[in-house]
Amino acid sequence: MTQTGINGAPAKSSRKLPTWLGLLLADKFATAAVIFLSLVLVAALIGPALLDEVAGKVAFRSRNLAPFQLDHGVLMILGSDSLGRPILARIIVAAQNTMMIAGFTVVAASCIGATLGLIAGYSRKFLSDAILRLADVIMSFPSLLLAVIVLYMLEPAVGNLVIVLAITRIPVYLRTTRAEVLEIRERMFVQAAKVMGASSWRIAFVHILPMVLPTLLTIATLDFAFVMLAESSLSFLGIGIQPPEITWGLMVAQGRPYMNQAWWLSFWPGLFIVLTAMSLNLISNWLRIVLDPTQRWRLEQRRETDHG
Amino acid sequence: MAEHVLDVSNLSVEFHTAGKVVEAVRNVSFHLDRGETLAILGESGSGKSVSASAVMDLIDCPPGRITSGSIHYRGEDLLHMPAGRRREINGRKIAMIFQDPLAHLNPVYPVGWQIAEAMRVHGMPAGDARRRTIELMGRVGIRDPEQRARAYPHQFSGGQRQRLMIAMALGYDPDVLIADEPTTALDVTVQLQILRLLQALRDETGMGLLLITHDLGVVAEMADRAIVMNAGEVVETGAVRDVLRHPGHPYTQKLVAAVPGQGSIRQGAVSDAEPILSVRSLNKHFGAYHALRDVSFDLHAGEAVAIVGESGSGKSTTARAIVRLDDADSGSVHYGGRDLCALGEKEMFRLRRDIQMIFQDPTQSLNPRMSVFQIISEAWRIHADILPRNRWRERVLELLDLVGMQAEHADRYPHQFSGGQRQRIAIARALAMQPRIIICDEAVSALDVSVQSQVIRLLDNLRDRLGVAFIFIAHDLPVVRDFADRVVVMKEGAIVEKGDVVQIFEAPAHAYTQALLAASLEPDPDRRGGQHRESA
Repeated sequence: MTQTGINGAPAKSSRKLPTWLGLLLADKFATAAVIFLSLVLVAALIGPALLDEVAGKVAFRSRNLAPFQLDHGVLMILGSDSLGRPILARIIVAAQNTMMIAGFTVVAASCIGATLGLIAGYSRKFLSDAILRLADVIMSFPSLLLAVIVLYMLEPAVGNLVIVLAITRIPVYLRTTRAEVLEIRERMFVQAAKVMGASSWRIAFVHILPMVLPTLLTIATLDFAFVMLAESSLSFLGIGIQPPEITWGLMVAQGRPYMNQAWWLSFWPGLFIVLTAMSLNLISNWLRIVLDPTQRWRLEQRRETDHG
Repeated sequence: MAEHVLDVSNLSVEFHTAGKVVEAVRNVSFHLDRGETLAILGESGSGKSVSASAVMDLIDCPPGRITSGSIHYRGEDLLHMPAGRRREINGRKIAMIFQDPLAHLNPVYPVGWQIAEAMRVHGMPAGDARRRTIELMGRVGIRDPEQRARAYPHQFSGGQRQRLMIAMALGYDPDVLIADEPTTALDVTVQLQILRLLQALRDETGMGLLLITHDLGVVAEMADRAIVMNAGEVVETGAVRDVLRHPGHPYTQKLVAAVPGQGSIRQGAVSDAEPILSVRSLNKHFGAYHALRDVSFDLHAGEAVAIVGESGSGKSTTARAIVRLDDADSGSVHYGGRDLCALGEKEMFRLRRDIQMIFQDPTQSLNPRMSVFQIISEAWRIHADILPRNRWRERVLELLDLVGMQAEHADRYPHQFSGGQRQRIAIARALAMQPRIIICDEAVSALDVSVQSQVIRLLDNLRDRLGVAFIFIAHDLPVVRDFADRVVVMKEGAIVEKGDVVQIFEAPAHAYTQALLAASLEPDPDRRGGQHRESA
């Protein structure tokens, strides 16, 4: 914003990034959320390489150490688990599996669900009905049973887990998208595009999808937390992630028997699940405002008042 | 002070929105006596509704705030009284009816129950309330009130719903009835009936009627006195005749001059050439409902054909059938030697460029997430052969200039514009296709009167400069008088009369056309009196 180039183009592109950054800084909660998520991502990327050994080392003498004591080293600050492994290190290492499973699941489910929803909402009756019945089948089938069958038949691995979880989450996106599409396709601007000769593809992706996106983003962030916990219940049944591999959900499940003696076993990973989900939610909320031209002024204004 | 039943003085209301303070109403004063009708006349955003809402305590605080002034009802200060007392007056002594009666009736309760409830909340015993409900429903002209009281809102027509709202408002014989655009959503023939009913009720009960409207015709028909508001301020007050015939303030003069249908009737250039579009016996059913019955008409190059009719007459359905938004059941639309109704997707795509449409509500018809540049250039994105990409920007600016907007508007979004500007953007979008025919589906009916006349002038200008032919759909006859060459009048899906604009206005043949003409309100009080007051 400081420099204005004489020839418009370069000045515009150099201004673009600071504008986005400025809009982010205008929302304090979103800024905090982005910082937290960046830390989690860094942990997920380099955590396993650095701390894998420490996180897996069993030490029976320091079992269930209470948190906030520094005499066993910095890694023990959040306490240790039932086998004496440092919880902080385990949380950092587990970030990778957790983020991978939840991230891939949510991305896959929302992309497939939204696409099918767009098709179901915008196409002829036959195709729409076929897709909806498919969603009904998935929803009426107990998801845990599906998971058990698939994961016994295939191998309980990260990839298969993602597939199973994604399939069970597709109907949520599909039905929401379809319901919104049915409403938006009757709006005047969609009709106007039709009169201009816009193809169905163009109407669905250029005119309708951007209107549905905020809703999808919100569901996706809420789903993120749900998937983390669903993965832990599969792991609890022994068909999810197998120890010594760890995820936050699995840590919560493993800590549950010790709840009355050592609350921190479940509490810390649980806290991270909550904080991650909340951060995503705050970011999606911020995105919703930024992406809507009629709402963006709220952030722009806050920024001006902050500076002025 | 005591003789006025309602006395508003120096009222100022401000709203805190978008971080800035908007003064919606500034120093507004007016008074109302029993048995008289006062009209508050103004366009959207003039503060006319806010003034009335302040009387009814309907302003949300925050964001609204009454900063100064007073409102007295029979000498009692409404703004400084206990909330309980205020509620006792509101609804009982000061009642209000609104523009959209469907939005103010609860769809899940019978209407009789709802009218009775309005009385029960003020302490009337249930039996009395029921009796009074039946009596009132009869009084406002609902036939067979005992039976109809058990019906639900969706089983009534728009005009009947407004009658029900009036019945609800009359429960306690109010001293003041505030009517906020009571007939704006209604057809012209129904509008006249409702206005007559309000007039009769006022004379009967001696209540004061505060009429809020943007329509000079309604003011001329109904009011004794009028105040004209613009941008939150009263610019003129006086007897209706003086205000409308000898407007003193420039704004009022502009408003009176903008009323459609007072220029000379267009001498339709009747061409003998082949029509560019000919519609032949279109039929369309929605279930058992026969929406179009053998609709046929021609459109010649460079002329404007108006299709006029009330809601449900099939005028929009005709337009949608021509551009294939809905397919007709039978019939044909010939354009350039081909039948549009029989074309496949691919061939239709090529012809779509030639026939464009402008919709009623520009707020709805522009994608809120696209900038003006994107909206207008979408035409060339879809039809890649019209214009090479490097000329898009230049052409968008040209088009904006053509519809009377500035170059810097190109990168803004629709919500940053007023209704009239948005409609100009929609027109620019249609022109981007270089069409030969533009169909305007109620394109000006959502706009203020002064904006309406500007947009019509713009369309007129485009017809002369670019030779575009127009199909102009309207529910109101005066609007088409200065614009159309020929008029098609529709009723219940069928064409009842078609002819040159002169013939339709000066010698209407069909009874329905005559009724439509008679029902459209004349903004000149003297001519008005001659037309309706004697016959009433």
